[in-house]
Amino acid sequence: MDDIDRKIINILQTGFPICDSPYRQLAAELHIGETELLDRLKKLLDNGTLTRFGPLYNAERLGGALTLAAVKAPAECFDDIAGIINSFPEVAHNYARNHELNIWFVIATETPGQVEQTIQAIARQTGLSVYNMPKIKEYFVNLVFKA
Amino acid sequence: MLDDTDRRIMHATQAGLPLTLEPYQTLAEQLGLSADEVMSRLSAMQAGGIIRRIGAVPNHYQLGYRFNGMTVWDVPDERIDELGFQVGQLAFVSHCYHRPRHLPEWPYNLFAMVHGKDRRDVDEQVQQIADVLGDCDRGHEVLYSTKILKKTGFRSR
Repeated sequence: MDDIDRKIINILQTGFPICDSPYRQLAAELHIGETELLDRLKKLLDNGTLTRFGPLYNAERLGGALTLAAVKAPAECFDDIAGIINSFPEVAHNYARNHELNIWFVIATETPGQVEQTIQAIARQTGLSVYNMPKIKEYFVNLVFKA
Repeated sequence: MLDDTDRRIMHATQAGLPLTLEPYQTLAEQLGLSADEVMSRLSAMQAGGIIRRIGAVPNHYQLGYRFNGMTVWDVPDERIDELGFQVGQLAFVSHCYHRPRHLPEWPYNLFAMVHGKDRRDVDEQVQQIADVLGDCDRGHEVLYSTKILKKTGFRSR
């Protein structure tokens, strides 16, 4: 990853134009060609530096729902439990954390009822209690990582 | 709300935009629409907040943010809105929420995510949050993420 890649990552976190040739405009700012920009973007996605590129949909505005939930997975079956949780398409993010509650995941669904169904299904399939921690209030969200 | 065409656009793009020089034209061809219609509908969804933004999501570990702490705090319910707002104003806090306790084992009701390239960065950030909370910090923990198990974002079935 070089300085141009870093600039690409920083620019693309703040937004991407909606126009016929969106890369042309950004490439001009970066003083590279639009084909080079697209090639670099592909490489950053291929090597996992970027996990997604495209519209980020707001589940709640779609009438859907989100929650944060956690389980206490015994160490000896951690991978199996993580695999079960990841197998649900409703699980958007999932992180291992250093706590007795060691698997923390975000469930995003199209309807509020599906959150509860997903939690129950995860509890059933893992045999674990699922600690549901839906947000009561959001004070701030601004996730931009400077590369 | 969304009509069928919006939903088709959403389904076609929730895994990402086509990686072509004219991505909206490519989408339009896939969906049997005009590029202008695809662009105007995406713009409308963005203006309405259905699309938060169009852009890239980095793997922050690969950018060197190896210390990602979910800081969790037990603060008095009657003060939480005021305190949550102040914590959310700290530049290094990426998300800040009020969430329910699960007593007795989980007494924490204020969650603030912080990120650093080394452990000391995060320790300093935690201290700054503690300073903001003062006596209202009745206990806290920092849960570091040790591994990303999944990061796909919202997808509808």
